[in-house]
Amino acid sequence: MILIPQLAVRNILGAGLRTWLNVIVLSLAFVAIILSVGFNRGLLQQASTAMIDAELGGGQYWQGEYDPYDPFTLQDAHAEIPEALANLISSGKATAILAAPGTLYPDGRILPVTLRGIDPHQTILEIPSRFLDATAETPQALIGARMAKSGNLGIGDYVTVRWRDRHGTYDARDIVITQIMNTTVPTVDTRQVWLPLRTLQEMTNMPDQATLVVLDKNQTQAPEVAGWSFMNLDFLLKDLHDLVKTRLIARSVLYVILLFLAMIAIFDTQILAIFRRRKEIGTLIAMGMTRSKVIQLFTLEGMLHGVLAAGLGAIYGTPLLAYFAKNGFEIPQSGAGFGLAIGRTLYPYYSTTMVVGTTALVMLVVTVVSFIPTRRIAKLNPTDALRGKIT
Amino acid sequence: MNRSTLRQFSFRVTALAILLFSVSAGSTQTPSGDEILNRIDQNLRAANRISISKMTIHGRRSSRTLIAKSWIEGSRRSFTEYLAPAREKGTKMLKLDNQLWTYSPSTDRTIRISGHMLRQSVMGSDLSYEDLLEDQELRKLYTAEVTGTDSTLGRECWVVQLTANSTAIAYHTRKIWVDKQRYLPIQEHRYAKSGKLLKTTQIDEAQKVGERWFLKHAVFKDALKKGKGTEIEMESVQFEVEIPTYKFSKASLKK
Repeated sequence: MILIPQLAVRNILGAGLRTWLNVIVLSLAFVAIILSVGFNRGLLQQASTAMIDAELGGGQYWQGEYDPYDPFTLQDAHAEIPEALANLISSGKATAILAAPGTLYPDGRILPVTLRGIDPHQTILEIPSRFLDATAETPQALIGARMAKSGNLGIGDYVTVRWRDRHGTYDARDIVITQIMNTTVPTVDTRQVWLPLRTLQEMTNMPDQATLVVLDKNQTQAPEVAGWSFMNLDFLLKDLHDLVKTRLIARSVLYVILLFLAMIAIFDTQILAIFRRRKEIGTLIAMGMTRSKVIQLFTLEGMLHGVLAAGLGAIYGTPLLAYFAKNGFEIPQSGAGFGLAIGRTLYPYYSTTMVVGTTALVMLVVTVVSFIPTRRIAKLNPTDALRGKIT
Repeated sequence: MNRSTLRQFSFRVTALAILLFSVSAGSTQTPSGDEILNRIDQNLRAANRISISKMTIHGRRSSRTLIAKSWIEGSRRSFTEYLAPAREKGTKMLKLDNQLWTYSPSTDRTIRISGHMLRQSVMGSDLSYEDLLEDQELRKLYTAEVTGTDSTLGRECWVVQLTANSTAIAYHTRKIWVDKQRYLPIQEHRYAKSGKLLKTTQIDEAQKVGERWFLKHAVFKDALKKGKGTEIEMESVQFEVEIPTYKFSKASLKK
């Protein structure tokens, strides 16, 4: 039994450069696949963490009318905070946000925005709301770096904002920018103006009202509240997961091509080996080796390409992947964030399951590809093979 | 001149002076805010109206002009068809009470504009659909008070302050300058609750159509925004013209 592995190793190493070329191409496919999957996993993990920290918390209660995908519902999406949620807020397990559509006029330009009221003392979300003072005469506002750039606004700038109160009457005031926050989450930054909750409630004539209530990350209990719907993280992150899945499918095309090239190389090698070694096959069968054993030998030789590729990939891939995991990928300015909540640097994330799974998948494909050409051996007549004929 | 003739002359002069004074006093007597609003409504509101207007929208970099023909019945129903430019030609808008539909020939679709979409700008102008739909008589929405007189755009005007009667009105206060002779509001300022000026309207040219004074050229402007605003020029207007009922049906949008 030990004969077949020994023969396989000897044969594959004896093939020299042809083997090593195959192994190099296959190892590149290995590393590229792991890197690509790690890149997408990192994207998902980084974006989810940032969104949970800055926007989603441990889930959100939405007022019945609130639909973030329909900005026209925003004007009516507000209600008095129910007692159950008010208790969570007062015990520091949740924070309320009031949202209202508005228009900003930076430098005489029109910029439609969403005004968001948040408690300056909240600690649920990683939004620097402490820079907001609800008692200031001129309403204080906090904006993100993207918003500051699009509005050409800086700290200390005054800007006019126009909105409608709960009855639909226009109102307008000057507000002052007290802080510009750097966040990777575009949904709390782009076209968002954060104001003290009480100030926005007064401005819109919506005392004690909110549009959504965000739970603390560690809050596991989400009681039923009439008129409000609880949205858990599975729901809130579904779009992100779907987006990453789509990206993964799109990117898989690349590594499928790479893998396909490697498989063609192995397939060709196997076909060539069977053709060139037909006398050897005939001899082995004539000496009593069964056809299935010969098939095993050739399949194992093909599989060994995968094993060697995994080994070679591990030699240069491990430090390479570790380097990227530590230092990340610098995303060029033009593609920063891909519209997701990630910063300028993306850190890939690899797990043991992912590495083992990828290796197993590639090995399986290599085995199948190695086996397919060897089926011809089963039809081989040993006398023909000894004479160098293949039927 | 004898004494009797002198007495007679003196009496006539006094009578003339009293007459002149009373006429003069009568002409400067301030009408009430409601009276002014009534006269404005009489001037501007009609059972039917067909007009062709040119709207020039001034953007930051360029301007574009739209020409539209409107059929208006009272304050409840109106139908507008854009005639130019080629890109907008055939676009139609139908307003029935407080509902609005638009039809775009490029997509062959009719869209109902409702709720908060009414607050969006019409074709990128300084006017919102809501501004276009506003048809209720001002005196029903606002309490009017004449705060003085002013000379603006070369006309003598009453300055009337309008304060909203209820909380559910888009503009809390308005100030209108009403031409004393023509009873046409030639200038209007619309304010936010805080008192900040939001929108301005100026009718810098008026025309007489029958017994009415109507706008010939006006400029609407978002006061918070930089720019020259939106100009409207009334190319033709006819009052009390018969309009077939089918004009105000959704079917006519696709015709």
